[in-house]
Amino acid sequence: MMKRETCKVLVIGAGPGGYVCAIRAGQLGLDTIVVEEKTPGGTCLNVGCIPSKALIHAAEEFHIATRFAAPNDLGITASAPEIDLGQTMAWKDGIVKRLTGGVGGLLKKAKVRTVYGRANLIDGKTVDVDSPDGPVRISAENIVIATGSRPQAIPTLPFGGDILSSTEALSLTRVPGRLSIVGGGYIGLEIGTAMAKLGAKVTVVEAASRILPQYDADLTRPVLKRLEHLGVTVLADARADGHSDGVLTVTTAEGQTAIPSDKNLVTVGRAPVTDGFGLEGLGLTMTGRFVDVDAQCRTSMQGVYAIGDVTGDPMLAHRAMAQGTLVAEVIAGESRSWDKRAIPAVCFTDPEIVTVGSLPDGSTNQAVAMFPFAGNGRAMTLGRDDGFVRVVFDKTTELVTGIQAVGVGVSEMAGEFALALEMAATVTDIAETIHAHPTLGETVQEAALKGLGRALHI
Amino acid sequence: MAISEIRIPDVGEGVAQVELVEWQVKPGDTVREDDVLAAVMTDKATVEIPSLFTGTVVELGAEVGETVAVGSTLLTIEHDGEGNTAAPAQEAEPPAPEPAPAPSVQPVEATKPAPAKSGAATQAVGSVGSVGSARAPRAEGGQPLASPSVRKRARDGGIDLRQVAGTGPAGRISHDDLDAVFERGPGAAPQGPASRRREGGEDIRVIGLRRKISDRMSLANTRIPHITVIEEIDVTAVEDLRAAMNADKGDKPKLTMLPFIAAALARAVQTHPEMNAHFDDDAGVVHRSNPVHIGIATMTDNGLIVPVLRHAEALGPFAAAAEIARLADAARTGKATRHELTGSTITITSLGPLGALATTPIINHPEVAILGVNKMSVRPMWDGQQFVPRKMMNISASFDHRVVDGWDAASFVALMKKLLENPAMIFMESE
Repeated sequence: MMKRETCKVLVIGAGPGGYVCAIRAGQLGLDTIVVEEKTPGGTCLNVGCIPSKALIHAAEEFHIATRFAAPNDLGITASAPEIDLGQTMAWKDGIVKRLTGGVGGLLKKAKVRTVYGRANLIDGKTVDVDSPDGPVRISAENIVIATGSRPQAIPTLPFGGDILSSTEALSLTRVPGRLSIVGGGYIGLEIGTAMAKLGAKVTVVEAASRILPQYDADLTRPVLKRLEHLGVTVLADARADGHSDGVLTVTTAEGQTAIPSDKNLVTVGRAPVTDGFGLEGLGLTMTGRFVDVDAQCRTSMQGVYAIGDVTGDPMLAHRAMAQGTLVAEVIAGESRSWDKRAIPAVCFTDPEIVTVGSLPDGSTNQAVAMFPFAGNGRAMTLGRDDGFVRVVFDKTTELVTGIQAVGVGVSEMAGEFALALEMAATVTDIAETIHAHPTLGETVQEAALKGLGRALHI
Repeated sequence: MAISEIRIPDVGEGVAQVELVEWQVKPGDTVREDDVLAAVMTDKATVEIPSLFTGTVVELGAEVGETVAVGSTLLTIEHDGEGNTAAPAQEAEPPAPEPAPAPSVQPVEATKPAPAKSGAATQAVGSVGSVGSARAPRAEGGQPLASPSVRKRARDGGIDLRQVAGTGPAGRISHDDLDAVFERGPGAAPQGPASRRREGGEDIRVIGLRRKISDRMSLANTRIPHITVIEEIDVTAVEDLRAAMNADKGDKPKLTMLPFIAAALARAVQTHPEMNAHFDDDAGVVHRSNPVHIGIATMTDNGLIVPVLRHAEALGPFAAAAEIARLADAARTGKATRHELTGSTITITSLGPLGALATTPIINHPEVAILGVNKMSVRPMWDGQQFVPRKMMNISASFDHRVVDGWDAASFVALMKKLLENPAMIFMESE
């Protein structure tokens, strides 16, 4: 006989959006169940943000050690390093386990029940789960769809064997000799850069005219320069036609070329998970591939909410988390509405890129002030002074509408950038805020001062 | 320059302390001689305290709602000439009025404020005039500029921030701007959907007249066991008489119903002197009064005030009407003197067209009776053969049951009914 459960809030998927939603709902005293097919934490913790950052860190450490095996500015001598990538992956898996275990504990602390198994929507109030303890039918007053996204496949290069998605690439136990990457977005470049630092011969195949095409050329130039320095080949305006016998066939403006590659990583984007769990049966209104939601993350069906990657771009964990919090509070009867001014986006490339708010668009009312890390003492002491901070603001009101940066370690500035936009800061607000010396953050203040026509260190 | 104190003046009638109900100035304000500095309230009257000097307010001596003794310092003022304070106060460096902050840096060409567009700026709800100024109106359709905490507070309070003009840089909406909207109360800014839940509330300090009313109502209702008698009265005859007298009034003021009721009351207490009295319950004495001083409960913007129609027993209807009108006006404009607000021996409370079918009036302590006048309406009445339209009005009278028995209360109300239904009896000498 099928076991029956009831709850006030049923969250499908325990990724960053889903587990945050469930915890917040639990905090608010709502009887909450979260259904997870695999491990709590979703893509982000298990096969995304966290594992890739672990790999990037290990690769950078190895790369530094490699530098010390040759004559260098710092005068450090070391013998040639070696890496046991299997050990690196075990270390990474330890971090992942710690984090996912932590999420499980947080859910428990918030009195959220976790049901493992694949969810299947019966209707807008009922979900069946084939849990390891047998089938469960859950009746819920509210359902939150937080099923996330999966790597987008391309027909010419179906996943499997030597064709890897980011998930497999983050579990490699040996560094591939030759790695080709199809798709020069941030996921491909993050993994590609790490692999290049670990010694792989990396080729990036990008269909657009340059890598990271959603950013302007000023922001991506330092990254491109670094890739060249690391010996990564970048093929722009290129199309991958197929892979066989260790050779990737690519069509460029010059014609077809064969790129020998042991592994091929396909990172052409991510697709929302909207199939395989009965979502089609609800007949929700869609926006393209995504579930259509309003400012309260409500779908077209009463009592059914959607958050995170299934609701569209930007597919970012922190957006999903904010939506998860919002939905829990909406269900609890609080007056909430999506009114975020800024969703920061970070590329953990080398150097890193952070963007918040509007990019320069050439409009007459927009002013742009840029300050290079070449004028920053801290950047020099870190041995990397490439990149800059850029403040985009309204000429009339001085209102800051966007801040971007490219440089080593700039990901940690994302908070200041987002705060400035949420607080509706003006250029003067930033310029008049003391930024600690000597830090990379001084560059933000200098960029603002430059916007006011009074930069000091340039 | 010197610093002088302005003290609470003796407002007379043996008043030893007053309640500060309003400041008209704040530290740093420039005042001229005779400008009003503050309002204080005695037992019943509000008294404005004028400045004795032309100068700058240095310090305030009390907070609104505080009870202060006559002769204590109200505030200190810096002015030309000799001061009246002790030396230390004069030695103190007087704080100069703060100059307007001058911008230390010339804005670059690109950041000069744009000229305000008239439409957008004036339509916005929260423009606060002189208090700060938005550098430029927000672009049509733009998101309101406000920090997340301001946005959350606005949403919780049902305020649509798109309708609120910010006074901060770039038109940023601050908590202060939001405070201003909340202070203006409901309707100040368009609300979100009506179905939204509202949280929180508002604390209103009970001070000044409201505190007096509160104290007196508590006193009356806790000490006096009330008995209320309600009776209906056919006022067709007195209304006919009133219409005839108004038609013939010449320059005299228009008669309302109230002078007739006052006259009937003055007449009725001749038969029932126990109703026109003060009960000193501490001493255990009822002081019956020969004069009939009728308190007329009057609604003002600030609350209930009861001016006194003195010697109602000696006033004709027109004289009573003129006096009632004068008293009501004095009460509403705050000009009523202490004499005009004290000494009543019995009270009438009337809400006119809002008078309802019946009320349970609370006695004006230490009196023993209060007459509530209810709404008049035309009702069908049975005259023995048929229903006839009659102008009917109820009265609701409360009595101090400690000294007025139910029998007496009922007799008194019955007499009021007889007098008002046969108005000629009001104006004829009793046997």
